Amino acid sequence: MLHNLAQLVRYRGLIQSLVARELKARYRGSVLGFFWSFINPLLLLLIYSFVFTVVLPGTHPKEIEPYALFMFCGILPWTWFSSSLSESANVLISGGNLIKKVLFPAEVLPIVTVLANMVHFFLGLPILALFLIYYRAPLNFPELLWFPVVVFVQFLLTTGLAFGLSALTVHFRDIKDILANLLTFWFFATPIIYPMSAAPGVGKQALNFNPFTHLAISYQEILFYPGPFGHWKWLMALAGASLLVFIGGYFLFDRLRDSFAEEV
Amino acid sequence: MAATPAIDVRNVTKIYRRYAQKRQFATLKSALLTGTMIQDLRPEETFPALRDVSFSVQPGCTYGVIGRNGSGKSTALKCVAGITKPTSGTVTVNGRISALIELGAGFHPEISGRENVYINGIMLGLSKKEVGRRFDEIVEFAELQDFIDAPVKTYSSGMYMRLGFAVAIHVDPDVLLVDEVLAVGDEGFTHKCLDKFGEFRRRGKTILLVTHSLGLVERFCDEVLWLDQGQNRASGDPRRVCGMYITAVEKSEERMLAQADEKARAAVDAESSPAATADKPTDPVSAEQAPADMFQATEGRWGSREVEITRVDLLGEDGEPSHVFHSGEKVTVRLDVAAKKPVADFVFGFGLFNAEGVCCYGTNTSIEQLISEKLEGTGTVDLVIDRLDLTEGTYKIDVAVHKLDGYPYDYHRLLYTFRVKSRTKDVGIYRPQHNWSFSKGIRLRPGDL
Repeated sequence: MLHNLAQLVRYRGLIQSLVARELKARYRGSVLGFFWSFINPLLLLLIYSFVFTVVLPGTHPKEIEPYALFMFCGILPWTWFSSSLSESANVLISGGNLIKKVLFPAEVLPIVTVLANMVHFFLGLPILALFLIYYRAPLNFPELLWFPVVVFVQFLLTTGLAFGLSALTVHFRDIKDILANLLTFWFFATPIIYPMSAAPGVGKQALNFNPFTHLAISYQEILFYPGPFGHWKWLMALAGASLLVFIGGYFLFDRLRDSFAEEV
Repeated sequence: MAATPAIDVRNVTKIYRRYAQKRQFATLKSALLTGTMIQDLRPEETFPALRDVSFSVQPGCTYGVIGRNGSGKSTALKCVAGITKPTSGTVTVNGRISALIELGAGFHPEISGRENVYINGIMLGLSKKEVGRRFDEIVEFAELQDFIDAPVKTYSSGMYMRLGFAVAIHVDPDVLLVDEVLAVGDEGFTHKCLDKFGEFRRRGKTILLVTHSLGLVERFCDEVLWLDQGQNRASGDPRRVCGMYITAVEKSEERMLAQADEKARAAVDAESSPAATADKPTDPVSAEQAPADMFQATEGRWGSREVEITRVDLLGEDGEPSHVFHSGEKVTVRLDVAAKKPVADFVFGFGLFNAEGVCCYGTNTSIEQLISEKLEGTGTVDLVIDRLDLTEGTYKIDVAVHKLDGYPYDYHRLLYTFRVKSRTKDVGIYRPQHNWSFSKGIRLRPGDL
């Protein structure tokens, strides 16, 4: 397994070009092309802002004004996370031709999915930056140094889950549908459109078991709330857990690898 | 040669699992817990695609694998390529492999040919620089200079295949695995591919070729393996193995034709059993029973059965019934006939049709100026064809016994099928015996078939 993991380094050229292909192919033929990467999160933000400031005003506490900015800090990484998972569930099946007909390292496929979505996430960051400047968010430099750490932890967690999901979906096609529903639930079970402080006592305990809670809070603390970054202990714990998820996911993937060519 | 083999396959068995939907849970669980996915399965749920197959290919050798559909050829190739793992046994390959299993398998339809070439090349193990160096050569080989920047989804299937082939062949592998992919593109491109294989051979690369084209095997391969139901039936000299293979295919075709014949006969017998006609023995054949147009190819049997053809056999040169003959062979059509009561007015007829229903030949005893005198009890009628000068194909025959005025005793229409085999792929129906001769100044030499 370690040997296989080491092989991944050799495939970086392949991963790189596949990510580029994924991005190019996605918007090929659409008029706005790459702008969709900016427009999609903006539209999502618009809808939530409209619902929670116009339709249901006063449902969110005062501390999270400006509300749009608060939500944006959570929605952007969530989009990366959720699209990575829902796409990776299907990635081995849709890439079946490669697995069956070409000598191809299957683990490249979920990684490419996560990375392609990470690029979309990065493309959304300039918009987030504009929002931050517009609302004069209380940013400070040392806190911002945590940002890449959070991104890395999220990458580790997402990739680990993507490994496991993609491998299992080959055998249980139901996962795709279960996951779609699960992700909707997961979104609302994460403090993205509401602050952690708004959760009731028992709920807070439950939310702590949700790994994405700590990612969302980390993003919010770094970008939205004035410093210092107090959530780092949780983040470090999550980093450890994510590493375990990554290793576990890869282990599962590696175990099932030989069955892919036959089951896909 | 004492060198280490380029491909070494040792006692490889590959078992595919066939299981019901509900079994999946148990298998997955056991796979996760113990890692023994195959050992847990009961034998009726497995399907052996390869059974204890061993072979080794020396470097620089072109090795063919032949066999019928489902004989495990492609599985063997996939095991060598490393796409699937053998259930037991070992596969060792020395050197870089490129597998031409499905051309353009990794192409993405939305992006241009150019980008696909790069990605496909990288997938097959080249670096970006290496693809760059070979890019022009690849495009030229695929003859796609004008379309290389168009998205691949706009390509015709031929263009797609050509590009896939061009990339795969330019990976410059030490071991090339080819699975029946030469049927891409037009004549000219096929020749180019064959030339490329020739170049590979000259440069001492190893080729493993899976194909149905025996001509290709005999022309290109140094050695051949014949797989039958996942087992090694024979291996070695191409001509010898191909000969054995052809004989076996003929035998099984023979069996299949015999079965089909049996079925056709049974169906007709059930339809027009003698009992049905025995009630009214003198009743002339009803209109719907006999086809209006005798040249319309519809199968069936009709007649009054006062004289019955009880059995029809096609005998080969050895006098044994057969269904597969070689062009130019001697064939005897033998009819066993039985008359319920003695008759004096009777004609035996014979007709030969090809697969399209074209009457190739028809005759009867009356046309050939034989006047009937007496037929009683049982007997046999032989029509001896000294040379069956037909081209390759499937043929059906009519046999009949009827009165001079056409009143049918027993008419068997297109119920018997046989195949004619030929080494020469000439066209048409009839092959007159012939020879070529040339005057001085015109010279030809025999090619290798």
